[in-house]
Amino acid sequence: MTTPPPAVQFLATDGSFAPSAGSDEYLPYIEALTDEQHEQFYRDMAVIRRFDTECTNLQRQGQMALWPPSHGQEAAQVGSARATKRQDHIFPSYREHVVGKIRGIDLMGIVELMRGTTLGGWDVNDPKNGNFHGYTLVLGTQTLHATGYGMGINFDGAVGTGNPDTDTAVIVYFGDGSTSEGDVNEAMVFAASYQTPTVFFLQNNQWAISVPVATQSRVPLYLRPRGFGIPSVQVDGNDVLASYAVSAKHLDDARNGLGPSYIEAQTYRIGAHTTSDDPTRYQNDEQLAYWVARDPILRFEAFLKNKGASEAFFADVEQEAADFAADIRKRTLELPNPTIDNLFDHVYSEPHPLITEQKAWLANYEASFGGDK
Amino acid sequence: MAVEELPLAKAINAGLRKAMTDNDKVLLMGEDIGTLGGVFRVTEGIKAEFGDKRVLDTPLAESGIVGTAIGLALRGYRPVCEIQFDGFVYPAFNQITTQLAKLTNRGRGTLTMPVVIRIPYGAHIGAIEHHMESPEAYFAHTAGLRVVSPSTPNDAYWMIQESIESNDPVIFFEPKSRYWPKGPVDLDASASPLHASRVARTGTDATLVGHGAMVTMMLQAAELAASEGVSLEVIDLRSISPIDYAPILESVTKTGRLVVCQEAAGFVSVGSEIAATVAEKAFYSLQAPVIRVSSFDVPVPAPRIEQLFLPDVDRILEAVDRSLAY
Ligand SMILES: Cc1ncc(C[n+]2csc(CCOP(=O)(O)OP(=O)(O)O)c2C)c(N)n1
Ligand SMILES: [Mg+2]
Repeated sequence: MTTPPPAVQFLATDGSFAPSAGSDEYLPYIEALTDEQHEQFYRDMAVIRRFDTECTNLQRQGQMALWPPSHGQEAAQVGSARATKRQDHIFPSYREHVVGKIRGIDLMGIVELMRGTTLGGWDVNDPKNGNFHGYTLVLGTQTLHATGYGMGINFDGAVGTGNPDTDTAVIVYFGDGSTSEGDVNEAMVFAASYQTPTVFFLQNNQWAISVPVATQSRVPLYLRPRGFGIPSVQVDGNDVLASYAVSAKHLDDARNGLGPSYIEAQTYRIGAHTTSDDPTRYQNDEQLAYWVARDPILRFEAFLKNKGASEAFFADVEQEAADFAADIRKRTLELPNPTIDNLFDHVYSEPHPLITEQKAWLANYEASFGGDK
Repeated sequence: MAVEELPLAKAINAGLRKAMTDNDKVLLMGEDIGTLGGVFRVTEGIKAEFGDKRVLDTPLAESGIVGTAIGLALRGYRPVCEIQFDGFVYPAFNQITTQLAKLTNRGRGTLTMPVVIRIPYGAHIGAIEHHMESPEAYFAHTAGLRVVSPSTPNDAYWMIQESIESNDPVIFFEPKSRYWPKGPVDLDASASPLHASRVARTGTDATLVGHGAMVTMMLQAAELAASEGVSLEVIDLRSISPIDYAPILESVTKTGRLVVCQEAAGFVSVGSEIAATVAEKAFYSLQAPVIRVSSFDVPVPAPRIEQLFLPDVDRILEAVDRSLAY
């Protein structure tokens, strides 16, 4: 099975610049990009892939409960994340590690979540975390949160004023499997009804664990939102330029008060769903080979090399990636285990008698073992 | 007598195959249950044997799974739905509680709802959020649902078949930490009916009652207590709704002391219900208040701290000591 060519593409599989038919309206965003931005895209993708490998290894070594890799989906994520503005809000699913990194979170927050030392990971209200909201594991639920957040932005009059520094958009990430959940469909109803500044960013990586996207939809998924009155576009999610330009345009539209839109990024999950998964049970070799040949990082590397990027640049990125991964490994091994406080604190925002009593009971009980339990 | 040593997961698999062979209206539906065989491999190989009209790798939507199972049941099928993890049942909660549980009553006896919902549940597997919950009280609280949980491979094999035979909806909780250890399965005859509780170990000083993975822990506690001269009786609840009180009351009449053990949090829980009922029905036999050993009333925590959250053998024995001290 091969996937039909996506609607918007700027880079051919070999990295040559070859805008697809229908990509014209996005071209200005590409033309405005500088060499530094190109290099940044590459750096983002290469560093996160190295990070993913490190985390998978750490999981294999018993240092994490689980790891969900983003291998193969880097261009979709980097392009869309780099298209956001400082004031925008991001509602991720659980695989958007590089989006979090670009928005400024310390990726140790994700590591802690997946290692199993916390249920949270980072403070969304801390400005240095770039309005990157918490990871969501119950599929699709975040699409409604993003829509409600957008309703609030509308009510606050923070769209369509023409002020580029305050008009605000929301982008929400979800997968092809999740599109079947009621919440995602209800989110589209609300987004359309209230004309929220929400960009629905679907990463169609062709699989929901072992279930192919064909089980979720008989038509390309980007057609579904149209029935809800939400304009949509399909993009080659393995082309970082296309992902960037399409996201930038639709985020602009959202900030300008034009309401919601929907982007389907065609991509592929190279490898396992998570470290708990065994894709050899269901993955199709031919399809895998098709997508490996469309690797987003190799494609962009070819593009940069054609443009004359130096060997020194690539060596520098490789070094940065290695250093980044080494730092993550070091800090993962140093992470303390949670304590009784983690268990009982913040269940409610005000004291609660049952919690207070149980916390005291457990502290007492643990102490009765003389600290050797 | 044909007895096979099987892990609980494989026993359910064998029970499902048996039910599907006996009745071609039985079909399986859920996420990743076909080609993959389920994330716990409980349905491994069944699609290959019975085909994709009997084993449905459904779209990813729990409300869709249960809602369409209801429609299939109205059409005469006996669907067995798998919810991938305990924490992902809630999108289906509306269908389960407002429709599945109530259609029989609404139909004044003209409708039956022979739907089974299998839910892997419970902790001790070191998993991240939503993958280690014990939500049985929500379902037991809903009239119209039968709720069961096997603790042994033998019970798993028989109870899944009996649940499929039930004309009422059954929420079938599978203790995932018990999926892998093997135990004997008698392939010829069921030891007890679906809703019977079972004395898993006899004793005289105090009674422990619980279900699912907690049964193994209660038996370990009883073993340890025995080495210190305390004789504990252990009752495996098996059925959470209805609860078979006769063996529990009989035991309490004998021992005079009851410790209810559960992996779920204690507030408004199955254990609370048992404690209240035993206090009402066996008041004069009790020599100590009924004590509950539960998880704390906080969200199921990150796995690196699950051991502090969950009841363990020591906490059971501490409760037994408190009971015996009266
Ligand atoms: C409500 C709910 N049901 C089931 C699951 C279990 N589950 C986790 S990921 C997954 C597949 C998700 O597929 P998709 O939405 O395509 O995202 P991807 O993992 O491919 O990025 C499933 C079934 C879940 N997390 N939440
Ligand atoms: Mg997917």
